[in-house]
Amino acid sequence: MVSFRRVVAGWSIAVLPLVLGCTPRGGVDDSYDTVRVTGSDTMVNLAQAWAEEFAKDHPAISIPVKGGGSGVGIADLCAGKIQIATASRAMEPDEIELAQKNTGKVPQQLIVGRDALAIYVNLKNPMDSISIDQLAEIYGEGGTITRWEQLDVDNAACPSGQIVRISRQNSSGTYAYFKEAVLGDKRDYKQGYTAQSGSSDLVALISKTPCAIGYSGVGYRNETVKVLRVAKAKGEPAVEPTVTTTQDGSYPIARPLYLYTLGEPAGAVQEFIQWILADEGQRIVELQGYIPITAGTAEPATGK
Amino acid sequence: MSVTTANDAPPPHPTTAVGRLLARAGRLPEMAIELVIRLCGYSAIFFVFAIFFFVFREGAPMLMGELGLGEFFTSTNWNPVSKPPHYGILALLSGTLSVTLLSMSIAVPLGLGAAIYVSEFSSPRIKETLKITIEMLAAIPSIVWGFIAYMTLNPLIIQLTDAPIGLNVLNAGIILALMSVPVIVSVGEDALKAVPDSYREAALALGASRWEIVYRVLFPAARNGLLAAVLLGVGRAIGETMAVLMASGHANQIPHSVLAPVQTLTATIAAELGETNQGGDHYRVLFVIGILLFVIAFAVNLTADLVVKGIRGKQNV
Repeated sequence: MVSFRRVVAGWSIAVLPLVLGCTPRGGVDDSYDTVRVTGSDTMVNLAQAWAEEFAKDHPAISIPVKGGGSGVGIADLCAGKIQIATASRAMEPDEIELAQKNTGKVPQQLIVGRDALAIYVNLKNPMDSISIDQLAEIYGEGGTITRWEQLDVDNAACPSGQIVRISRQNSSGTYAYFKEAVLGDKRDYKQGYTAQSGSSDLVALISKTPCAIGYSGVGYRNETVKVLRVAKAKGEPAVEPTVTTTQDGSYPIARPLYLYTLGEPAGAVQEFIQWILADEGQRIVELQGYIPITAGTAEPATGK
Repeated sequence: MSVTTANDAPPPHPTTAVGRLLARAGRLPEMAIELVIRLCGYSAIFFVFAIFFFVFREGAPMLMGELGLGEFFTSTNWNPVSKPPHYGILALLSGTLSVTLLSMSIAVPLGLGAAIYVSEFSSPRIKETLKITIEMLAAIPSIVWGFIAYMTLNPLIIQLTDAPIGLNVLNAGIILALMSVPVIVSVGEDALKAVPDSYREAALALGASRWEIVYRVLFPAARNGLLAAVLLGVGRAIGETMAVLMASGHANQIPHSVLAPVQTLTATIAAELGETNQGGDHYRVLFVIGILLFVIAFAVNLTADLVVKGIRGKQNV
C-alpha cells in the first residue's frame, strides 16, 4: 500500500507541470484559434505551405490542413465542420443551398491563385504535344482514339499500343474541371478510366506506366514524368504550361483556385485569408508552382 | 487478500436466514462473472444486428425509393456525379467477382498445400518456423500490401506480360491471394491436426502411402474444417478494401482479361463515401452497396454452414 501511494505521488509530481503548462493557452476558447482547412487535393501542398509560414508569425493560431478532394472540403464546409474549404472548382448551387440550410450562413468565395492543368505522359513516350480535341476523343464518351498510333505516336515502350486513360476520382475538382474544359458541358467521361485518389498518386502511376496519359495540376510536375504542350485545336501552336502562358491566357486549360468560408471571414480566419492575399501568401502560391493573383476580395458564392 | 480468505473459510451452513444470505453473497462474484461472460457471448449477435440496422437505415430510403434495381444490377454505367447520375454496379460486381475468383484459384491450392505440409510432412523445427512466418504474413497491414502492389508488382507485371497497365485483376488477385493464404493455412492446419492419429495409424497399417493418407483419409475426415478455411479466405478476399483499391487500377469496366484494370464494390465505397453529402442520393447508394456486401457475406457463410451440416448429416447415416 505504501509503495502504491508513493507511485501515485511520484506520478502526480511528474505530471503536474505538464497539466499546468498546458492550461493557460490550450484550454481557453480554442475554437476561435483553430482554423480547419480541408479540400482540394491539388491545393493541399499549397495550403500546408501557407499554414506553416503563417504559423511562424502567428503561433497562437493553429491551422490543421487536410486534402481529400474539393468535394470533401465543400461537404465538410456545408456540414459546418471546418472554417475554410479549398476547392479547385466552384461550389454548385445545390451545395450553396445545403450550406445555408445547415449553418444559416452564405458561403463566401475567394480566388487565391490560378492553376494550369498539365497533361502528363511517361518519360519513355516520345510524344511532346497534344490538342484539346484529341484529349476529348481519348477521354470522352464515344471517343474514337484508343491507341497511340492514332495520335501518330510510336510509343515503343508500350507494346500493347493501348492508351491507358488515368483520371482523378469523381469527387475531385480536377476531374470536374477537366470535364468542363476539355469534354464540354454535354459530354461525359468514357467509362473504364483508371481513377486515382490523389494528384501525386496519378503522377507516380504514370511514371511507372509507359502506356499511360493523365492530367493534374502543373504543381505536381517532377523529373519522373513528361508534361505535354497543349494546343487549343489541331494545327494551332502548342503551348507549355508556365506562369506567363497561364497569366496571358494562351495556355488553354487553366482554372482559378478557390477558398470558401461560411459567412464573411472574421477573427483568425480573416487574419489568415488577408495574409494569403498579401505578398507573402502569393509568393508561396508561385513557389508551389501555381500562378499568383493580383487582387481579390471575398464575395458571396453564386454557383459559377 | 480479502477475497481468498473469504473463500478459504468454511461455508456457513445455510440453515438460518443469515446463513442463506451469506451463502448467496459468496456466490455473487461468480454470478457477476457469469453474467459478463454471457453478455460477451450475446454481444456478437447484438453487433451483427446493429451493423445491419445502421447500414440498412442509411441505404433504405434509396433502396425503397428512386433507385431502379433494374439499372442498379444490369447497367455498367457507374457515374454518380453526372447529371442525371447513373448507378449501375454490374461492372463493379464483375470486378469484385473476378478479383475474388482469381485470388482464390491461387490461394486455395497454395494455402491447403501449405497446411498439409505444415501439419503432416514437416519436421517439428521447420513446422514452428513456418507457423511463425505465416502468422507474420497475416499481421502485415493491408495498406502495406497496397504499397507492394503499387510500387513492386505493378512495374513487374508490365515488364513480364506487356500489359498496358500493371494495376489490374492479376495484381489485385495476387495480393489478395497472399493476404488470404495465412487464414487458409492456419485454419486448415488446425482442421488437419484435429484428425485423430488413430486414423493415420490405421491407414499406415493397411499399407497406404503418405499421399494416400492425405487424399483418402485426412481430406474426408477434415472436410468441414478445410471448407471453413477456404470460405474464410473467400470472405477475406471479398471484404478487403484498401489493398484492392490500390492494386486493382480502379477502372469501372467488365474485365475482358486478367490484365484489365477493374473497380470493386468495397473500393468504390472507400474512394467515394468521404466526399458525398450525408443523406444525399450518392451517399445512400453507397450504403445500398454496403447492404449488398452484407448479403453476399451472409450468403457465403450460410452456404458454408449448410454444406458443413449436409456433410455431417451424411456421415451420421
